[in-house]
Amino acid sequence: MYNFDVETPTSIADAVKALGREEAQPLGGGQTLIPTLKQRLASPSVLVSLTGIAEMKGVCMTDDGQLAIGGATPHAVVAREAARHYPGLADLASHIGDPAVRNRGTIGGSLANNDPSACYPAAALGSGATIITDKREIAADDYFQGMFATALDEGEIVTEVRFPVPEVSHYQKFVQPASRFALVGVFVARFGDGVRVAVTGASNDGVFRWTEAETALSSNFAADAVNGLALSGADMISDLHGSGDYRAHLVGVMTKRAVAAAR
Amino acid sequence: MTQVKMTVNGKAASGDVEGRTLLSSFLREQLNLTGTHVGCDTSQCGACVVHVNGEAVKACTMLAAEAQGAEVTTIEAMANADGSLSVIQQAFQDHHGLQCGFCTPGMVMSAAALLKENPKPTEREVRVYLEGNICRCTGYHNIVKAIMAASGQDVSRIAAE
Ligand SMILES: Cc1cc2nc3c(=O)[nH]c(=O)nc-3n(C[C@H](O)[C@H](O)[C@H](O)COP(=O)(O)OP(=O)(O)OC[C@H]3O[C@@H](n4cnc5c(N)ncnc54)[C@H](O)[C@@H]3O)c2cc1C
Ligand code: FES
Ligand code: FES
Repeated sequence: MYNFDVETPTSIADAVKALGREEAQPLGGGQTLIPTLKQRLASPSVLVSLTGIAEMKGVCMTDDGQLAIGGATPHAVVAREAARHYPGLADLASHIGDPAVRNRGTIGGSLANNDPSACYPAAALGSGATIITDKREIAADDYFQGMFATALDEGEIVTEVRFPVPEVSHYQKFVQPASRFALVGVFVARFGDGVRVAVTGASNDGVFRWTEAETALSSNFAADAVNGLALSGADMISDLHGSGDYRAHLVGVMTKRAVAAAR
Repeated sequence: MTQVKMTVNGKAASGDVEGRTLLSSFLREQLNLTGTHVGCDTSQCGACVVHVNGEAVKACTMLAAEAQGAEVTTIEAMANADGSLSVIQQAFQDHHGLQCGFCTPGMVMSAAALLKENPKPTEREVRVYLEGNICRCTGYHNIVKAIMAASGQDVSRIAAE
């Protein structure tokens, strides 16, 4: 690892100030960034740790019935504290990586990183969440911009994520056994005005909405409703863990299982 | 260099660290607590698991500077006060839950975190909880058995000896 300074602000305002330093980068739980630094794939001169900022931590319901999660909230806390409000989301958080990763890794870090196989992007897109930063609010539909790419500017901090709570939902993850990430993961959420289906792990463009399945499930919320719908394997990730065609097929299977398991 | 202060195994500990100093390096190289092992560069093996403020974390994936003021517990504090093995450690010995022993500190720390949260886990819950702890030797069955035994459950029907 190249060396860097570490700043540990206790407020968003101080974090924003610290991020104004040259080549400064936010540090969430470090569960992605620290391994990246070890490989010298990044060389910030300052890391601004966000996990000591109390106003960026915690889970609560807003007055308009959305679930608000602070950007520096670890996965384990979401798994515990969101369970009553939004069980589909809490269940997703409880299956990210392993217990030690969940005690450190944060929702803001996961959404900022936007790994094409990460779990939270599917929940945010599948719920139509709002990503709140130190500067603005971004709708999930505008936020994800391809593999590891988001609408965030340099040094912009995800301070909070707001989730509309669906009637029923489920995240079905086909685990890539070596990494524990999703080989393919599908988040299905049924709202009063329609169904959203978000797919992670599969596409070369990162997380995406499977709109054909959304239409079919909005008129009939049953696993069989997606029978006959197919995605092309040509745009899918193809690697030693699975071909594009295999992933395209898995999206259908995971969608059906998610619908069948939705609560 | 900045100075970090924390409580390690109940005692005050401090030292000067660089920004990039990992908690695992601080424990091993500055405090000479070499029981915390480092088995990978990718945050995947779990040999380095310690407890920070009571929660299992990978000491190789946390900066020493982030542990400022924290309570850290390592494998060195797991034995009983008189030096005899704790219930979990004794169960690892009794049920052959280790071979080379490289993964064992992390296994014991993860097991302790699990049993604190869930004192009577099912065999499946133990296996799922250990997803982030890799063992190249044992094939896991005897580790699972040791943890089930440490939780006071009957292990006569658990796979493989
Ligand atoms: C063994 C292992 C297994 C894993 N399995 C899974 C899995 O199954 N599913 C899954 O989804 N993920 C998995 N992860 C990744 C894990 O969820 C990470 O915690 C997450 O991707 C990054 O969050 P973090 O808080 O650790 O961020 P960091 O590693 O600290 O940062 C990641 C990036 O985001 C930036 N950043 C961090 N916080 C913010 C913020 N609030 N605002 C703006 N930018 C920010 C950083 O600058 C950096 O670029 C796994 C990781 C490991 C080590
Ligand atoms: S050394 Fe920490 S996970 Fe491998
Ligand atoms: S006993 Fe050798 S790695 Fe587990």
